Amino acid sequence: MHAPISLSRQDWSLHRKGPADQARHNEKVKEAIKGNLPSIIAEEAIITSDGKKIVKVPIRSLELPRFRFDFGRNKHIGQGDGDSQPGDSVGQDGPGRGKQAGDQSGVDYYEADITIDELATLLFEDLGLPNLQQKSAETLEAETFRFNEISKKGLMPNLDKRRTILQNIKRNAMAGHPSFGGVKDDDLRFKIWVPDVRRETNAVVIAMRDVSGSMGEFEKYITRSFYFWMVKFLRTKYNRVKIVFITHHTEAKEVDEETFFKLGESGGTKVSSAYQLALDIVKERFDPSSWNIYPFHFSDGDNWGDVDNRRCVDLVNRLLEVSNVFGYGEIREGAIRSSSTLMNAFQAIKDEHFISVVITDKKDVYPALRKFFTPAPRREVAA
Amino acid sequence: MNDRETRELEESLDTIWEIAKGFGLDPFPIHFEVVPAAIMYEFGAYGLPGRFSHWTHGRSYQQTKTMYDYGLSKIYELVVNTNPAYAFLMEGNSVTQNKLVAAHVLAHSDFFKNNAFFAHTNRQMVEGVSINADRIRKYEFQHGQLEVEKLLDAVLSIQEHVDPHVSMRKERSDRKEEHKPSEPRETPYDDLLRLGEAKPPPEEPGPRKLPEEPEKDILLFLAEHAPDLDDWQRDILHIVRSEMLYFVPQMQTKIVNEGWASYWHARIMRELDLTEQEYVEFAQLHANVIAPSKRSLNPYYVGMKMFEDIERRWDNPTPEERETLGRKGDEGRAKIFEVRALENDAAFIRNYLTQQLVDDLDLYIYKLEGDELKVVETDFEKIRDVIVGSMANFGNPYIVVDDGDYRRSRELYLKHVYEGQEIDIDYAEKTLHYVHCLWRRPVHLETVLNDKPILLTYDGERNTKRLL
Repeated sequence: MHAPISLSRQDWSLHRKGPADQARHNEKVKEAIKGNLPSIIAEEAIITSDGKKIVKVPIRSLELPRFRFDFGRNKHIGQGDGDSQPGDSVGQDGPGRGKQAGDQSGVDYYEADITIDELATLLFEDLGLPNLQQKSAETLEAETFRFNEISKKGLMPNLDKRRTILQNIKRNAMAGHPSFGGVKDDDLRFKIWVPDVRRETNAVVIAMRDVSGSMGEFEKYITRSFYFWMVKFLRTKYNRVKIVFITHHTEAKEVDEETFFKLGESGGTKVSSAYQLALDIVKERFDPSSWNIYPFHFSDGDNWGDVDNRRCVDLVNRLLEVSNVFGYGEIREGAIRSSSTLMNAFQAIKDEHFISVVITDKKDVYPALRKFFTPAPRREVAA
Repeated sequence: MNDRETRELEESLDTIWEIAKGFGLDPFPIHFEVVPAAIMYEFGAYGLPGRFSHWTHGRSYQQTKTMYDYGLSKIYELVVNTNPAYAFLMEGNSVTQNKLVAAHVLAHSDFFKNNAFFAHTNRQMVEGVSINADRIRKYEFQHGQLEVEKLLDAVLSIQEHVDPHVSMRKERSDRKEEHKPSEPRETPYDDLLRLGEAKPPPEEPGPRKLPEEPEKDILLFLAEHAPDLDDWQRDILHIVRSEMLYFVPQMQTKIVNEGWASYWHARIMRELDLTEQEYVEFAQLHANVIAPSKRSLNPYYVGMKMFEDIERRWDNPTPEERETLGRKGDEGRAKIFEVRALENDAAFIRNYLTQQLVDDLDLYIYKLEGDELKVVETDFEKIRDVIVGSMANFGNPYIVVDDGDYRRSRELYLKHVYEGQEIDIDYAEKTLHYVHCLWRRPVHLETVLNDKPILLTYDGERNTKRLL
C-alpha cells in the first residue's frame, strides 16, 4: 500500500500572475518617482554615482503604510555568537534596510532602478536659465539633429505610416475613390534626420562654493547636491554654457570641476573674496555685452564680521550690474539658526534679479533649483 | 532535478512518510508539486496560490525573486495548511535538498493538523482564495481596476487589525441578550387582551454606544458600520479579513512551528540511507536553515533548540524537578508532542525559555542608540518579556475602535492600547488617510508619545496632532 503522499510536475510556463502584478507595481514606481522628485534628487547615491548609468532610488511612498511600532524607539531581540555584552554593536540603523530579504520590519522603502538621464528628463522639463537675453556678439551655434522632417525618399524602417496612408487616400480621392488602397512608391513618406542649427546665446554660470571650516557635513552635502544637478541641468539643456568653478574660505580661487566637487577645506570665511574673484573673472573673460552671466553662491552665511558683509553687499550690487541673475543659497540645518548676518545684510538689496533661498533640509534642493532656474516670468517657489 | 531524480525523490517520499509516522507524526495526506523558482516565489509572495491580484504582491514577488536571482536567499519550502496538504518543491534543488524539505513539510502539516490554534482554520483555503480572487476580479470589471485597487490599498494597510476570537465573543454577548428579563405579565393572555389598543411605546433604548465595547476587529467594524460604503466594498473588507484570519495562526506560531519542523527534519534525515556526500549536503543545508541572526530571532534555530531542551529536561529531570514538579523522567517525547498541540509562540517562550537557553543561544536585547544598534540587556527575564511583548497582536500595535460616533458626528475614534511600545507616528498619520478612505469622515487615533497621550487626527484634508 502506498502512503498518502504524492508528487507531480507540470508545465508552469504560462503562469503569469506574479509578473503581471509586478508590472503594475513598476508602473506605480514610476508614478512615485515623479511625485517624489524633491527627496529623490537629494539622495547621496545619485550624487556619488560617479557617472554610473543606473542608480537606485528609494521610493518611500510605495510601501503601504500601516500601524506599526517605531523601530528606533523600541527594543529588539538578536542573537550573538557567544558571550555578547551590553554595549556591543550589532550594526547600524534598522535591520536590513533595503538590502536584506524578507519580512523584517524596518524595511520602509523600496529601491527602484532608474537611469540618471530618465531622472534628469523628469526634473528639467520646465526649467531654464532665467532672464536669458539675446547678446550681440559671438553667438555660438549648437548643432543638434531633428527627426521630424518628411521626405519622399528614405529608409523603410523610418516609414511614416500615417502620412503615407494620408497621401494614398489623397491620391485616390483625386482619382475619384477616396479610400485607402493600391499604395505606390509615390505615396511613401519617410521621416528623416536633419541637422538642426540652433542659435544659442552665450551664457556663463559662476558656481561659488564655501569650503570653510564652519561648513558641516550637511552644508557640504547640500552644496554638492545642488551644484551636481545644476551642472547636469546646464549640460542637458544648454550644450554650450560655460561654467566657472570657484571655492573660497578666506581666500577664493578658481578650480576645475573635479576639485570643486571634492574639495573639503577648513579655515575662516571671507565671502567677499569669492565675489571679488567672480567680478575679476567677468571683467577679464566675459564681456557682459556678449555674455549672459549667472553667479551662484552657496554658503552657511557664517561670514567674517560686518565689515565683510557690507563689502559683500557692495560686490553683489556690482555683480548684479553685469549679471542676469545672482543666486544666493544659504544652508541651515534643521532651521534651528535664525538667518545669518550675511542674509540680513542682503535684505538691503532690492534688485529683483537677486534671488535667495534658504535650505534647511535635503528636500529643499529641488525647490531651490526651481527657484533659480525658472525662466521669466519667475514663479515664486517656497524653498 | 531531472526525470530520473524526480522518480528517485518520489520513491523516497514513501520512506520519509513511514519514518515520520514511526516517530508519531500525524500529518494530513500531502501532495507535492515540483515547480520552477519563479512559481515558488510567486506563491511565497501571495501567501497562497491563486490569491487576488494586488501590486503589493507584485512587489514582494519582485523582491524575493531578485534576491534569489542574485543568489542572496532562497525559499526552500512552501506548504499550505489544507487537507490534503499542498507543498511545493523547487525544480532547481537537488534531490537531497528536496528530501529535507519534504521531511520539514511533513512536520509542518502535522503541526497544522494537531495544534490547537489551527483547529478552526479553513482547510479548503486554496479554493477559498480562488473564489475570493474571482470575486475581486469581477468587481474590477464592474467598477474599474483603479477603483478596486484604491480600496484594496486602504483595506490592506489595516489588514492586521482583526480579531480571531470575535466569534466566541459574539456568542457571549448574544447569550446576554437572551437572559434579559421579559416584561412582567399580569395574565398569560395580556398580549391578546390588549389587541386593538395602541401598544405602549417600546422602552427607549438608551443612547447605545457604537461599539458597545472597544472593538479589536477593525475590519469587521468597518465592514458592518462604515457609513458610506457600497456592498462590494464591504465584501472586499470581509474577503481580506477572512484571509487574514486564516493567516493569523501561522503568524502566532512561527517559532514553535518552524522549531518543530526543524527538529523533525533533522531526525528524519538521519534515519534515511544517505551516502556520505548526501549527508554532507544535508548537514550544510541544515546549518544554513538554523544560522542565527544578529538582529532577529531565527525561529528555526531558537524553536529547534527549545524543543531539544524541553525533551532533555523531561527525559532527565533534576532531583528537585522530580520532587516538586513530579516529573518522572523519560517523558521527553511525550512532552514535546504536548507542547506542539497546545502552545503558540508567546506561550512557548513564556513557559519554556530558560536562563540556560538564553545563555547558550547568546540572546540579547538591542536598541538604536544614536545611529548605531547596541546590545543593551542580556538579562533572561527582560529578554523573555521583550520577546513575549513583541508577539502581542502578532507583532502589531493593538488598536481598537473606541467610538464610531465620536463627537456625535459619526467620526471614528481609534485607540492604541499602549503597552510600553511606541508606534511610528509618521506611518500612523499616513495610515489614517487610508482609514479615512474607508470611513469617509474624520478619523482619530489616540496613542502615547513620550509618555503623554496624544491624538492624531485626519479630517480628509490635513493631519493634526495634539496632546490630550
